[in-house]
Amino acid sequence: MAETAEHPSSPEEFKKHLGKYYVVFVALLCLTAITVGVSYLKLNRPLAIAIALIIATVKAGMVAGVFMHLISEKKVIYAVLILTAAFFLVVLLLPSLTVFEGVAA
Amino acid sequence: MSEYAADALIPHTVEPHPVTGIPNGKFGIWLFLASEVMLFGALFSSYVLLRTGAPHWPPEGGLSSEILNVPLATLNTAVLITSSITMVLAWASCKMGRIDRFRLWMGATIALAFVFLVVKYFEYTHKFELGHFPSHDNFYAVYFTLTGLHGLHVIGGIVVNTYLLTAGSRLWTTEPVHFTNRVENAGLYWHFVDLVWIFLFPSLYLL
Repeated sequence: MAETAEHPSSPEEFKKHLGKYYVVFVALLCLTAITVGVSYLKLNRPLAIAIALIIATVKAGMVAGVFMHLISEKKVIYAVLILTAAFFLVVLLLPSLTVFEGVAA
Repeated sequence: MSEYAADALIPHTVEPHPVTGIPNGKFGIWLFLASEVMLFGALFSSYVLLRTGAPHWPPEGGLSSEILNVPLATLNTAVLITSSITMVLAWASCKMGRIDRFRLWMGATIALAFVFLVVKYFEYTHKFELGHFPSHDNFYAVYFTLTGLHGLHVIGGIVVNTYLLTAGSRLWTTEPVHFTNRVENAGLYWHFVDLVWIFLFPSLYLL
């Protein structure tokens, strides 16, 4: 594996990079607490869904970026994920076709 | 070694493949995770369709957070997040040449996965006692399908991680870098299982 900031070769160097994992760990726990806390406020549904999904996306970004090392990955993995994201969006938006069908009818 | 045996070896387990720039195992696990995104994505999309099409959600009235056990699910979220960092530390221990520490952190990861399943078991049995099976209504169908598939992934993670902790760790003595890469790949899968739960928890329990 090539030596980069993400994957330093010596164990001593590597140890210095462990701090970020603990930071993300604490941040994930805090965001979980915030999500649950917000749900007790009984906000109106669209706002509650927006807040919960934004927090979930931030959490997912931290897991993927830091724990799964996506912040510094090879191009081929980004390419695979961009393709996946595109098809994922299609699958998510597919149910909205039923709305258009309703308009046509 | 016969020619056949040499051919049977999987290439680029340690050295990056010249085309992708990464070892084959890592590329393979990312392709697998891409297919997993589509699997969970299709089910999530079905959930959105069923939910937006229903006059009321959950169909029997009330709120998801009143029907499902939010404190237990919050606990389970914390358990999975913790198991993600112990998994990272297991891999980091390999990178630092500390197989003893690896055993400790990998053991913790597996233990936390079992905690998650035990909590889920209590949640499920409580629903069953109330007579709420997947066939009860669309809400329970979605709940059991999504959390059930996620639970199967947790079990799969336990199997792989237990192999790496036991018989699989023999590879460490002969090919430590190869073994470290395997731990990294198992970690990528495990973090993905955590990532799926991060979306399932609010969308099923809280909203």
